[in-house]
Amino acid sequence: MLLRYLTQMGRYFLMIKEVFNKPTKWSVMKGLILKEVDDLIIDSLGIVCFISFFVGGVVSIQTALNLTNPLIPKYLIGFATRQSIILEFAPTFISIIMAGKMGSFITSSIGTMRVTEQIDALEVMGVNSLNYLVFPKIIALLLYPFVIGISMFLGIFGGYVAAVYGGFASSADFIAGTQNEFIPFHIAYAFIKTFIFAILLATIPSFHGYYMKGGALEVGKASTVSFVWTSVTIITMNYILTQMLLT
Amino acid sequence: MITITDVKKAFNGSQVLKGISTVFRTGETNLIIGQSGSGKTVLLKTLLGIHSPDSGTIDFDGRIYADLSKDERRELRTEIGMVFQGSALFDSMTVAENVAFPLRMFTTKSRAEINERVDVVLQRVNLIDAHKKLPSEISGGMQKRVAIARAIVNNPKYLFCDEPNSGLDPNTAILIDNLIQEITKEYNITTVINTHDMNSVMEIGENIVFLKNGIKEWQGDKSQIFVTDNKAVTDFVYSSNLFKKVREANLKG
Repeated sequence: MLLRYLTQMGRYFLMIKEVFNKPTKWSVMKGLILKEVDDLIIDSLGIVCFISFFVGGVVSIQTALNLTNPLIPKYLIGFATRQSIILEFAPTFISIIMAGKMGSFITSSIGTMRVTEQIDALEVMGVNSLNYLVFPKIIALLLYPFVIGISMFLGIFGGYVAAVYGGFASSADFIAGTQNEFIPFHIAYAFIKTFIFAILLATIPSFHGYYMKGGALEVGKASTVSFVWTSVTIITMNYILTQMLLT
Repeated sequence: MITITDVKKAFNGSQVLKGISTVFRTGETNLIIGQSGSGKTVLLKTLLGIHSPDSGTIDFDGRIYADLSKDERRELRTEIGMVFQGSALFDSMTVAENVAFPLRMFTTKSRAEINERVDVVLQRVNLIDAHKKLPSEISGGMQKRVAIARAIVNNPKYLFCDEPNSGLDPNTAILIDNLIQEITKEYNITTVINTHDMNSVMEIGENIVFLKNGIKEWQGDKSQIFVTDNKAVTDFVYSSNLFKKVREANLKG
């Protein structure tokens, strides 16, 4: 079992190496990158905005409801919302949701190309199919930190709306809380994590789609397996990066 | 011309190709026939470089595939056109984009030159009105013709077809067979077709290689296949009731 996991890991890293070999012509590649930006980034904005706004609101309400001691200042609601959203919710929680949305899209689209011999067709023509299929996804996902930036903003904004209009804190208290003891490195930490997660989001689902075998049923199974492994890897990397960067 | 010499291939200890040697001639339609599991697809995929042979050589007009560098292999592959069993068209691209794909990838032609060439080959396969359609919007026969157009658009030296008329009605199948044969003559290509369709054998079988259990059992042309006394070949050829009745009628005179 361990040997099988090690073999798969070795295969994954060999795939990454091959992605950067024999690049596709730039005139073709730029079109592919723009298409992936549209499919992976633009198409994800709606769900990211929706989830971020409402989860931000819930974090704010939960914090307010747990601050029952009158000696605890109300600005703590803004402070706790900011810290939760910036440090964990936006980079990690959204990435796990994206492992489901983007990841299953990547695995199923590449897996379908495998099943219908489109990848064989690319190879027979002399195209480096890994570069053609995976490289544009990696480049498109370099824009992923912008998605997470939007998520951070909307999460805190959702918290503000819920706190102020729900009557849990005044606008001034909440804003004071968001500015209290602000450590700029926390933003850097969040974006370093986001960048690593973006690479994982592009490559792990591609790996599961590219090397799948079988028919339509196996495409579905590969999408599920890809989601599980992408999530597990994101959570593990989150722990390692937090240990490395914040302690 | 493609010359293969003593090609062997095994999967998980099971020997699929047991030392096949033959020559596929230029300007002719070379057919690989045989029952399911005889090794036809493995042989075709080995010729294409999708599988590496365990032993033996594959020689493309003096270039032995195993001796070529990675770049030389990619270069050779740009000289190969392939028609897959399921057409393998890129479903996110229109018909014209599918056909233009090899030109966009491997040539420095301008957009106008590419469009002109796409028009020529689509006209050649009688699909001039399908430019903007997606593969999902056209019939199976039309998809096969698009696949043929894509395979020949970059003037290949070698054309490989994996069961090009499977899933097609008899009339469309004959049209596809004839189209492949015409293109083979017109462009002087080495065409290798993997099939188990006896209608194709009768229509376009100029050089037929019959495989059985991974061995080349027989080789000849369409006029010889119906008179051979090789039992494996006659069992295969006359396995359909139609051919049996034709044979009985011929024997009765």
